[in-house]
Amino acid sequence: MEPISIEGTPKTPTVNFDATTGIIEVKGRSIPENSIEFYRPLVEWLEEYSKEPQKLTTVNIQLEYFNTSSSKCILDVFKKLEAIKKARNEVVINWYYEEDDEDMLEAGEDYESIIRIPFKMIEVVD
Amino acid sequence: MSFNIEERYKKMNKGEVLLGYKGSITAELITNVLGVVESKLDHVIDKSVTKKKIYNILVESLQNLYHHVDDLPDEVNESMDIHFGIFVISKVKDSYDIRTGNFIRTDKISKLKERLDKIKSLSKEELKELYKFVLNNQKFSDKGGGGLGLIDIARRTDGRVEYEFDDYDDNYAFFSLNITI
Repeated sequence: MEPISIEGTPKTPTVNFDATTGIIEVKGRSIPENSIEFYRPLVEWLEEYSKEPQKLTTVNIQLEYFNTSSSKCILDVFKKLEAIKKARNEVVINWYYEEDDEDMLEAGEDYESIIRIPFKMIEVVD
Repeated sequence: MSFNIEERYKKMNKGEVLLGYKGSITAELITNVLGVVESKLDHVIDKSVTKKKIYNILVESLQNLYHHVDDLPDEVNESMDIHFGIFVISKVKDSYDIRTGNFIRTDKISKLKERLDKIKSLSKEELKELYKFVLNNQKFSDKGGGGLGLIDIARRTDGRVEYEFDDYDDNYAFFSLNITI
């Protein structure tokens, strides 16, 4: 499977999905007016990856900002990961948030309570 | 007296204004405004958490404008730009206010008003549950958030959201939103 590698912009995140290492990364900002277009290929990639995933998939989400238009798409990403986990593969989700950013921590907790994979909450200190 | 857009804009420009705008609301404009406001906030606020909160709410409120402004029909439009909207970011005492204004078709008012009143009446915990419910269950429109924007704003501000509808003509009203951070 071809990896996905997308450079971040002021409105969209840096994305690195690699099927050979099983590392899935989304970093930066996700605030486009219409998120569906941006996330569609990512969700499709995960759908394909889920057919033959690594034993361990490591997910690193380190978002500075995301808008509500992205929030549903991010949930779609997590649902794909949930399916991978359900098929008896290991999935580790690391949710990074900046020091004192309670809103971002809470956003991670919201996702964690919707999908059934425990998140590792990691506070990033400057 | 009938509704006057210039007077409304003036009224919205209270406090120490960081940025005020009236005109077309486009994706490019939003990108530019976010860039300008972010660097301004870097100068006036030390606390990263406050800066982020303001930035987040600004994103949601501008994108709400972008998705939901109604254009006045040509015959009543007094030379206003298409996709017309207003917003002002200002400091009032120890808080920051984000104010937005846009035209809305009269037939949409009752639904929006109902939604705003509901959101304003909910506790922090109830807002969290509502957010999660909408996120997980509601199908999103092509426009985006499926109503999550206002819930998100209310969550981040503990419900400090005020609104007003002013009649413009038989078919349109002007919707003003005042968010306090």
